[in-house]
Amino acid sequence: MSVRVLKPGLLSTLQDGGRPGHAAIGVGRAGAMDLPAWRLANALVGNRGGEAALECTLLGPTLRFERAAWIAITGAPIAARVEGTELPGWAASWLPAGSVLQLGRMEAGCRSYLAVRGGFDVAPVLGSRSSDLHAGLGHAGGRALQALDTLPLGGAAMGTPPSDHLHALPWRLDPQPWFDFAQAPLMLLPGSHDALLDEASRQALHTGTFRIGNASNRTASRLDGARLQLRAPLELISEAALPGTVQLPPSGQPIVLMAEAPVTGGYPRIGQLAAVDLPRLAQRRPGDPVCFRRGTLEQAADRLRRREQALDALCRQIEQRLQHDGFLLRMTGPA
Amino acid sequence: MPARAIQFEPLAEDALLLRFGDRIEPMLNDRVHAAVAALHGLPSLECVPAYASVLLRFEPTAWQGDDAPAHQRVERAVRDALATGHAPAGAGRRHEIPVCYGGSHGEDLPALARHLGLPDEAVVARHAGADYRVAMLGFAPGFPYLLGLDPVLAMPRRSDPRPRVPAGSVAIGGLQTGIYPADLPGGWHLIGRTPLRLFDAHAGTPSLLAAGDRVRFRAIGAEEFAELEAAARP
Repeated sequence: MSVRVLKPGLLSTLQDGGRPGHAAIGVGRAGAMDLPAWRLANALVGNRGGEAALECTLLGPTLRFERAAWIAITGAPIAARVEGTELPGWAASWLPAGSVLQLGRMEAGCRSYLAVRGGFDVAPVLGSRSSDLHAGLGHAGGRALQALDTLPLGGAAMGTPPSDHLHALPWRLDPQPWFDFAQAPLMLLPGSHDALLDEASRQALHTGTFRIGNASNRTASRLDGARLQLRAPLELISEAALPGTVQLPPSGQPIVLMAEAPVTGGYPRIGQLAAVDLPRLAQRRPGDPVCFRRGTLEQAADRLRRREQALDALCRQIEQRLQHDGFLLRMTGPA
Repeated sequence: MPARAIQFEPLAEDALLLRFGDRIEPMLNDRVHAAVAALHGLPSLECVPAYASVLLRFEPTAWQGDDAPAHQRVERAVRDALATGHAPAGAGRRHEIPVCYGGSHGEDLPALARHLGLPDEAVVARHAGADYRVAMLGFAPGFPYLLGLDPVLAMPRRSDPRPRVPAGSVAIGGLQTGIYPADLPGGWHLIGRTPLRLFDAHAGTPSLLAAGDRVRFRAIGAEEFAELEAAARP
């Protein structure tokens, strides 16, 4: 029993926590661009964690559920309807078998996550169900969803329906701490080569405003704005690359590597985005502003640690609430 | 290996770069492979070798301690492991890779030979006559950057990259040679093709080659290519 794709949306891919441990053979991590939103979507449907969810981009897909399912939608606020009934975001909803879920445009932000109880159960590749569009790994050879695709659902974790009807649990999460409505400045750590920027470029990087470029994707966010340049040209040999690295290609337009970053790169590294701010950048759409504030590795590590603690605590609260409400039944078999 | 000759650069909350130098040079690359071998036993640490550096990605929570932040503890553990590690010199598996040079399998061979002022056969003899080492993998899953190309065969990359290079293509770009593991865009000069499958995500060992491995090419004819290709088909 499964989910049938009626309309694929702009760019919808299955993503989980990613595919770590294979960079040495040229395989990047991929995974959800907004990891906290992905994790909370799973928590809201009572998943143990790690299940693949659907990452939608700007315009969501239309899906028919061949069987009843618990779902939750987090991340960018998106219009979600089942036959004219609006579904709340950041909450668990029960969809009876045969429901057609229409996800529309995002009001703000760039990426929404649809989790289903039991997860999307496509075959893992190298330990992950994430689609890596560049490497062609994951569901259907690592491509985005297409109309008529069928996505299997994990079978062991159905839970009990509250009724035969469409039904949303009466409580929802406050998206405020997890979705950056204010588009606040992002913390930038020093890069290997930022001391080599000329003075005007350094100034522009640290105090100016950039806009997300149209060619941005899961591999990189491109920053339109001041063209930056080094004081002298620099020839570099390839070294390993990372999500969050701000690279300066010869065009002078900085790019920030994202979840689907290549494993190697040879451009100057003029900064490193604090990991805690990666999901916030992932939620900026073309035209949205980006400005940076300098920070230290210690500050960034501390913010990351505090966010992870808050996320762990919230996931535990959600689990307790689901148990208390009687909606979280013990799963059969290993999760 | 003198630990003092290594640069440690924190790149991110979970990443530290070990740098041995900033040139493409076999001696530096040998140190990379020796370091990866020496660090093999350290837990919660992923090593990503490149030409002259190794990226270490670690689990910050696993390495965090009361006495020092994760980066310092990783650096300390790495220095200790490198000081005591005795990785065997010349480690790495050996591979012989059959290549059908020229013709439809390597359509840039005549142009490359003309550019170099050599007969086609001389280019093939020099390419297949050398010993190579896999310096690193990157660009795409299973794509090996090979060190050891006869400098006579160097030719700058094409100014117009191809949108699709067929899987198995053996190519020269600048002073490097490599093999395209899948149909990919590419700007290197195609001189031949191997029927071997370089990357299969579903295999127990997904990548035929690993960083540090040794490679030799063996020239084969079109008939043998067809036979081996049929045998390698999934």
